Amino acid sequence: MIKRVFLIYIISFLTYGASAFTTEVCHTCEVNNLADAIRLSHRGDTVLVKPGIYECSDQELRKPITLIGEKGAILDGQMTGYILKILSDSVTIRGFKFINSGKSYTKDYAAIYSYRVRHFNIIGNEIENPFFGALLEKSHDGVIKDNLIFGESKQEDDSGNGIHAWHCSNLLISNNTLHGLRDGIYLEFVTESEISNNLSHDNIRYGLHFMFSNNDKYLSNTFQDNGAGVAVMFSKFIVMKENKFIENWGTASYGLLLKEINDAEVENNTFRENTIGVFVEGSNRVNYVDNRFESNGWAVKVSGGCYENYFMRNNFISNSFDLAYNGKLNDNKFEGNFWSTYSGYDLDKNGIGDVPYRPVKLFSYVVNKTPEAIILLRSLFVDIINFSEQVSPVFTPDNLVDPQPSMKPF
Amino acid sequence: MIKILKYSFFDLIRSRWSYVYLLFYLIIGFALLFLNNNLSKAIITLMNIVVVLVPMIGTIFGVMYYYSSQEFTELLLAQPIKRRTIFLGQYLGIALSLSFSLLVGLGIPFLAYGLMQSGEIWNFGLLLIVGTFLTFIFVALAFAISLRNENKIKGFGYGILLWLFMAVIYDGLFLILLVTFDDYPLDKFTLAASFLNPIDLSRILILLKLDISALLGYTGALFQQYFGTGTGMIMSLSSLAIWTVVPMWMIVRSSGKKDF
Repeated sequence: MIKRVFLIYIISFLTYGASAFTTEVCHTCEVNNLADAIRLSHRGDTVLVKPGIYECSDQELRKPITLIGEKGAILDGQMTGYILKILSDSVTIRGFKFINSGKSYTKDYAAIYSYRVRHFNIIGNEIENPFFGALLEKSHDGVIKDNLIFGESKQEDDSGNGIHAWHCSNLLISNNTLHGLRDGIYLEFVTESEISNNLSHDNIRYGLHFMFSNNDKYLSNTFQDNGAGVAVMFSKFIVMKENKFIENWGTASYGLLLKEINDAEVENNTFRENTIGVFVEGSNRVNYVDNRFESNGWAVKVSGGCYENYFMRNNFISNSFDLAYNGKLNDNKFEGNFWSTYSGYDLDKNGIGDVPYRPVKLFSYVVNKTPEAIILLRSLFVDIINFSEQVSPVFTPDNLVDPQPSMKPF
Repeated sequence: MIKILKYSFFDLIRSRWSYVYLLFYLIIGFALLFLNNNLSKAIITLMNIVVVLVPMIGTIFGVMYYYSSQEFTELLLAQPIKRRTIFLGQYLGIALSLSFSLLVGLGIPFLAYGLMQSGEIWNFGLLLIVGTFLTFIFVALAFAISLRNENKIKGFGYGILLWLFMAVIYDGLFLILLVTFDDYPLDKFTLAASFLNPIDLSRILILLKLDISALLGYTGALFQQYFGTGTGMIMSLSSLAIWTVVPMWMIVRSSGKKDF
C-alpha cells in the first residue's frame, strides 16, 4: 500500500518536474555553486549538478525543488555542520556524494537533515564518513532509497547513526547499504513505515535499532557482523519478515533483541552464527513462524515476562543451545518445529516425531547460573546429565515441550 | 631403539586388532560421509568420537601390549641394551601404529570424498593432530601405569579408571566445583582446570572451531582473550605437547628404577 502511494506520487512529481525549469551547476557554468542555483530556482524546478567538488554547508532548502547530482558530483561540507537541510515539502535529493559533514559532541550534525516536512526523496546518494547520515525529524511520507552510507567509526560516543528518524511516519527506507556507523538505522517514534532490502553491516552498535515505533514492517534486510546485532524495544504491531541476522558475535550481541515488543510477527527470517539468535524479554503475543536458526550459540533465549509467544515451523539446526529459559514458568508454545538434535522416532510415518522434544537442556540452565561452565560444552559428562534431565525434568520447566517435533527440516 | 620400535610397530601392524581398529575408522569415515555428504559436518561428528574413543583405545592397547609382551621384554632386558631404549622403543612402536590406523582409516574416506578441493583441510588436519596427540598421551600413560603394576588385572583396572576419570568424572567434579563456587571469579580456575585434562583440552580445540559463537557469549576478559584470538589454539596445542612429554618421562624414570 505505502509503496503504491509513493509510486503514484513519484510519477506525478516527475511529470510535474518535467515542465519546470532546470538550472545546471558546474565550475565553468554561469551558476557555479549550489547556493546560487537554489536561490535562483523556483517551486518545482530542478537543479542539475555536474561532476566536481562543491563546497556546501548548512544549505537550506526552503522550496520544493529537485537536486540531481550527476555521477561525480560531490558536496563538501568542510567539516563545519550540516550539508543539506530539507525544510520544505516535496524536496528530492538524488545522486550526490556527500563528504566532510561536521562532527560535534553537542549538536547532531548530519549530511542530510530534514525537519517538519512531507514528501521528500533521498535517493541514490553516497555519504562518506558522516556524523549522522540522514537525520529526519518530524518528517513524513519520505523515501530513502538506494543510498550508501559508510563511516569509520570506532567508538559509540563520538559517532552517529546512518539513517536516524525521530517522530516520523510513512517512510520507505529501502535498498540502502550502511556500514561503519554507530547504528545503521535508528528509528524512534516512527510509525507506519517500511524498512526493506537494506544491508547494514559492521556497525559499532546496532545494525537496526528502534524504539516506540509501532506498526512498522521490516522486510528482507540483512544485518551482519554488527557490534550488538539488532535491538528493538517498546514497540507494538511489528512485522519482521525474510530478514537475515548473521554473525553478530560478542558478549552482549544478539541477532535480534526483542524487549517489550507486543503483537509482532517474526517470519521467514534467518539467524545464523550469532552468539544469541533471538533474545526475548518482556514480549507478549509474538509469533515466530518459519524462521531458520542455524549454528547460533543460543538460538532463542527467553528471559522473564514473556507470555503467549508462539513458535511454529521453525528450523533449529546445529545450535550450541536451542533454547535457554530463565525460571520454571512457561506460557509460550512450541509446536511443530524442526530440531536437529531431536532423536525421537516416527513410527506412523506422518513426518511428526512420536516422542515430544524438550528443547531446554539442563546444561543451558547450568550455564545460565554459572557462565564459566560453558567450557564443559559437549563433554561426555554434560551429555549424560542432559540425558537424565530429559528423562525426568527437575530443573527445567516440565511443560516446555514441543509435542509435535518435525522429522524433516522445512 | 629404532630396531625395537620397528619390531613393535610391525608386530602390531600385523596383529588383528590393528586391522579392526583401522577398519572401524574406515567404516565410520565412509558411513558419515555417505550419510550426509558434508565434509564439515562429518569432521565435527568425528571430533566428538575421537575425543572419547581414542583415549580409551590408546589406554587399553597400551596396557594389553605391555603385559602380553612382558616375557619378550624380559628377554630383551637380559641383553646389553639400555632400559630406556627398550621401553621408549616399544611405546613409540605402539603409539605410531595406532596413529597410523587413525590417519589411514580417516584419511582414505576423506581423500576419496574430495578433501583436497574443499576448504576443510585445516579442520581435518586439526582432527588428525588432536587424535595423534591423544594416542601418544594415553599410550604413554598406560605404559607408565603398567610399569608400576606387576599385577595385570590391577594395571588394567587403573588404566580404565584413568580413562573414565579423564573422560567423565573429571568434568563432573569440575562442574560441581564451578556451581558450588559460582559467587567467586572463576575464569582463571576454569582455564587452568581445563589444561589439566588432555581430553578437555582436545574438546576445547573443537569448541574453538564449532561453538565459537556461544563461547564468546561469556563476559570474562580472560575468556575473550583466550577464545577470541589464535592464542587459544597455540596454548592448547602446546599443552598437549607437554602432556605427551610428561608421561614419557615417567616411563623412562620408572623403567630405570624397576626391579625386574
